[in-house]
Amino acid sequence: MVIGVVKMSSNSKLKAYDRVELARHEKRPKVRDFIEFIIKEPMYFHGDRYFADDKSILGGIGYIDNIPVTFIGTHKGKSLEENVACNFGMPRPEGYRKALRLMKQAEKFKRPIITFIDTPGAYPGIEAEERGQGEAIARNIMEMSSLRVPIVSVFTGEGGSGGALALSVANRIIMMENSIFSILSPEGFATILWKDASRYKEATEVMKLTAKDLYDFKIIDKVIKEDIAFTLDNFEKNFIRLKKEIIKDLKVLMKKTSQELVSERQEKFSKIGGGF
Amino acid sequence: MAEIIRRQSSIISAIKNLRKVKINFKVKETPMGVFEKCLDCGELISKSKIKENSYTCPQCDYHFNISSTDRIELLLDKYKKISGHFSFVNPIDFPEYKKKYRENKKKSKLKEGILTVLGDLEDIELVVVSLDNRFFMGSMGTYIGEEVARAFEYAERRNLPIIIFSTSGGARMQEGIFSLMQMAKTSIAVERYHKSGNLYISCMTNPTTGGVTASFASLGDIILAEPKSLIGFAGARVIKETIKGELPEGFQRAEFLKEKGFLDEIVHRKDMKNYIYKILKFHGYRSCKDEQ
Repeated sequence: MVIGVVKMSSNSKLKAYDRVELARHEKRPKVRDFIEFIIKEPMYFHGDRYFADDKSILGGIGYIDNIPVTFIGTHKGKSLEENVACNFGMPRPEGYRKALRLMKQAEKFKRPIITFIDTPGAYPGIEAEERGQGEAIARNIMEMSSLRVPIVSVFTGEGGSGGALALSVANRIIMMENSIFSILSPEGFATILWKDASRYKEATEVMKLTAKDLYDFKIIDKVIKEDIAFTLDNFEKNFIRLKKEIIKDLKVLMKKTSQELVSERQEKFSKIGGGF
Repeated sequence: MAEIIRRQSSIISAIKNLRKVKINFKVKETPMGVFEKCLDCGELISKSKIKENSYTCPQCDYHFNISSTDRIELLLDKYKKISGHFSFVNPIDFPEYKKKYRENKKKSKLKEGILTVLGDLEDIELVVVSLDNRFFMGSMGTYIGEEVARAFEYAERRNLPIIIFSTSGGARMQEGIFSLMQMAKTSIAVERYHKSGNLYISCMTNPTTGGVTASFASLGDIILAEPKSLIGFAGARVIKETIKGELPEGFQRAEFLKEKGFLDEIVHRKDMKNYIYKILKFHGYRSCKDEQ
């Protein structure tokens, strides 16, 4: 079976829930690993210029195949200490505002943007609400849709809810074969629909959240085949395949005018779930 | 005067007794459907009095939940529906979605949780969208996303101002990722509309949460809310579970949001029409009367 540019491996037999487990696995490479492999000489920048530096969002500049780019990603952390500092990859409003600041900077200097997504969602906390979590996400989505530079988004692990969408209004969306993208975490979904978070496994099977599901729905553009290798030590082939596809997309997108980039991106999202 | 009050209270207590006897009555329904109990102060008020008072409690200003039709009739002097043609879709083949849809339709007598109209406020022509939480809690699925986006396009083509009254439990779970994508679709529609230089007033009503808060409702040129409306991104229960603690009083209420800088103003439903009219007029949407 051919999915996008890649062939499904034997792990095509995995169930949706297996993929959720893989996407969230603590040993799975995290966004910093993806950045370090794919971006040459990354320089990390900090802060939203209004309130704080949200460590769940990594961002900065670097090269990919000698093309200068801005990169942004949600980072869950790799040790308990880092997990806590990164708030387990759940950004607060200042994180989304930091991302938007860096995206606007990329637009000013006409360089493409690559976003890496691995987040359970936006942080549900008192101070996040106080500082306008809803407003921050809404603004990112709106502003991102009209940026005049190419945007490629990569789902590396978990893509949860509006918190993931706030960084993925892109010209091309690429998903790793064992990443997921959903309206809400399976636990949250089960809580809302059945008032029972423990039914999350059941929720997973009906939510249609795997890379293949989203590819079939034409919501994403590419699925990157993963070897059955789930830790950083043997992830290299997966990284190489991903990097190749990002470069291929960038080369196509960089030939387009800024007007084409904006209108194609906006059209892409505007037609999802239409036809009434 | 004292006599009137005494008689009134004896009537009310008689009615209260009646309610106790007739245990079959629904909580909100009172004898002959003439009275309604305020959900905040508990006062029994005649329905006509509530309606006269723009569906708010004359005692405590509690804003009753109202239908999209009532909301539009409070605001506009005349209007015509420009809602699109709805047909049921189940984009992720979600089990029992159709059954659930039928139940909601039967209960609310609505086909979807949105009403879009073209109408006149005094003599100013405008587009008004009202979500309706009697249908699937006003949750945004593909139909609502599409209709909101089309409303912006419609208003843009005619250079009209647009007002959206939101009330929503968030994204429609049964439509999965397609619902989530409506946040992008509606925000893109707002972005394009803003570029046309026209005015978008967003009014958040009780409750506005999740994907609607995190998309078009937070992107108005001017953002209003009705008093005490619950407005937020994450649900209170989720936050409590996350922080393992209690939430401060008034958390996520309109007054809290205004204090934190996310609302331009909180407007009583009785004053909404006049308030919006003044803003429209200020932005140059002149009425015919002024031109003469």
